[in-house]
Amino acid sequence: MLLQIKDLHAGINGKEILRGVNLEVNAGEVHAIMGPNGTGKSTLASVIAGRELFDVTQGDVVFKGQSILEMPVEQRAREGIFLGFQYPVEIPGVSITNFMRTALNEIRKYRGLEPLSGAAFLARMEEKKKLVEIQTKLTNRSVNEGFSGGEKKKNEIFQMAMIEPTLSILDETDSGLDIDALRIVANGVNALRSADNAIVVITHYQRLLEYIVPDIVHVLYEGRIVKTGGKELALELEEKGYEWIKKEMEGR
Amino acid sequence: MTNAPLNDVSLFIRWFDEHLKTIGRNDVPRWRELRKQAIKTLETTGLPKPTDERWRNTDIAKQLSLPYEQHFEDFQKDLDVEKIFACEVPDLDTFLITMVNGWYAYRNSALRILPSGTIIGSLSRALRDAPELVEAHLGHYAKMEGNPFAALNTAFASDGIFIYVPDNTVVSKPIQMVNVVDHPENLFMQTRNLVIVGRNSHLELVHCDDSHNHTAGFTNSLTEVYIGENAGVDYYKMQNVNDHSTVLHSAWFNLQREARLNSYAISLNGGLIRNESFVTLNGQGADANIYGLYLMDKKQQTDNLVFVDHAAPNCTSSEMFKGILDDYAHGVFNGHILVRPDSQQTIAYQSNRNILLTDKARVNTQPFLEIYADDVKCSHGATVGQLDSEAMFYLRSRGIGEENARMLLMYAFAAEVVGKIKIEILRDRIDDLVKKRLRGELSICDQCVLHCSKPDQPVVFEIDMSKI
Repeated sequence: MLLQIKDLHAGINGKEILRGVNLEVNAGEVHAIMGPNGTGKSTLASVIAGRELFDVTQGDVVFKGQSILEMPVEQRAREGIFLGFQYPVEIPGVSITNFMRTALNEIRKYRGLEPLSGAAFLARMEEKKKLVEIQTKLTNRSVNEGFSGGEKKKNEIFQMAMIEPTLSILDETDSGLDIDALRIVANGVNALRSADNAIVVITHYQRLLEYIVPDIVHVLYEGRIVKTGGKELALELEEKGYEWIKKEMEGR
Repeated sequence: MTNAPLNDVSLFIRWFDEHLKTIGRNDVPRWRELRKQAIKTLETTGLPKPTDERWRNTDIAKQLSLPYEQHFEDFQKDLDVEKIFACEVPDLDTFLITMVNGWYAYRNSALRILPSGTIIGSLSRALRDAPELVEAHLGHYAKMEGNPFAALNTAFASDGIFIYVPDNTVVSKPIQMVNVVDHPENLFMQTRNLVIVGRNSHLELVHCDDSHNHTAGFTNSLTEVYIGENAGVDYYKMQNVNDHSTVLHSAWFNLQREARLNSYAISLNGGLIRNESFVTLNGQGADANIYGLYLMDKKQQTDNLVFVDHAAPNCTSSEMFKGILDDYAHGVFNGHILVRPDSQQTIAYQSNRNILLTDKARVNTQPFLEIYADDVKCSHGATVGQLDSEAMFYLRSRGIGEENARMLLMYAFAAEVVGKIKIEILRDRIDDLVKKRLRGELSICDQCVLHCSKPDQPVVFEIDMSKI
């Protein structure tokens, strides 16, 4: 098992947001986590990635057999966890080239590998750019600075392709995308699917799941996973709306 | 020679009377007159106090209270300049001129005259061999009133660098002026530089302060730069001195019609560094960009004072100063823009941005806009903040460790200033020094010497007076 989340409770400033999440993800699987706004989807992504803003009060997150709760964010990334940001940060003055090269070399060092040569690195940049149809020269551009919404999301998937993580958590990757950009981003993600890695897609809408077809769909509601099913669950949600979940939960 | 603290003005007055013969041995009449005025100014105003508006945030009392050796003539015998320097960047070809402990290193050499007619040499030599040029500019731009250190310099300095670029001349390579401090005792040094750039000419000037040991040097230097009509000057001031050193430098730029100035003050290390830039836009269409970068830690202090005087219409000025302060470091920025009543259609910008890495580091930033014309565009902005925590998380989430993530962000912050440097090799070199500094790998022995050269064979002195 790649990822196991056990009875996870977490919050911010004393306010509990996750109230006992249980989740298991195996290599080769694509999971979708859906749910209404404000139920803790992004918090779950942040807690797995290691954002220090949130306090974990109970439970555990186990990745490749070891608890990662004590690991700083960079170590989790080096172990193979990738977070695709809902709102990628603009960093003026830091070039994408420099950023990715530093990241790749630190990850490689952690794994006992030699740094990539300049030529090998640039070849890899060119190859991965094609995957998400980035035509512009990235070399001299600052990270996300002046990017459109679509470019920012493409850039997230580009980074994912560069880093080749074992577990990718894509937080609302579809938000703010027009249909063409959505297709490009989804194609990129699909090309990166393999038997050795897993992808967790967090989304509010079913739309994205037409392009990235999940194996398993979960519904997160008020800090807990309240429903799990196959890809048809997403369609059912689309049809009945989140009101259906709310009513069902209140009826219990 | 004297050896005493510097905080007693009456001592300076006594030294002046005792040593004027030595100090002024090469004086032109104008300087002799200025020296007397300077002493009078000092007598009435005294040395800076924390109650003086321009010294409110920088207390220099401690630095003045140490005893320093002070020499009124060159005290060094058999100087081996080549031994002091080692080549670091052979790609950048410069004309190198060196001061050692405040004195022109090749003291007996004549002024050098380049094929273009450009003259490079010591000010003391120029006083003898080009007195008309010196008379026409010395003390015309620096104001002693309200600037005690300018008065002190005018009263006591007797050596420094002299550069003259005739009209219609582009100096082929940058001129690099270096003052190296390397003396077993604390030294008080006052140097005076004069740079004259004629009409339609261009000069790139790199001005470095270095120290090679750990004694407490105190430098009070003053540079006057005259930029003729439609001429351009790129001026790079770089400071990398030890933690006990004090460097006060004031640069007085006077720009004529359509003249251009790019000035960079890069402070990498030093106990107390104060850079004063006085820029007078004296003719229509003059344009000045004044940049600064300071990277300070421990108990270091840096103080930048910029005064831009829009004395003519249709001029533009832009200031960008950025600083990163670690540990207990202290940064000061005073930016004064004066737009005179007739200076319509002025455009003036000012920005000062700071990053504090600890809660003990601090910054005082103070803009002062004094505008008497009505058709002007002026803006200013100042920020003091920490490294962006969102950006930190983003970088770390890609596997970059905390140290490197901080480094990337600090470097990106500094790069905005470094990126403005026009000479590519110099930009790369300064870029490298900044990276080293941020990583904590810069030593005071990292010279900003960019090229070593032996002075050419002395040339017989000859000036074409028609060009003046």
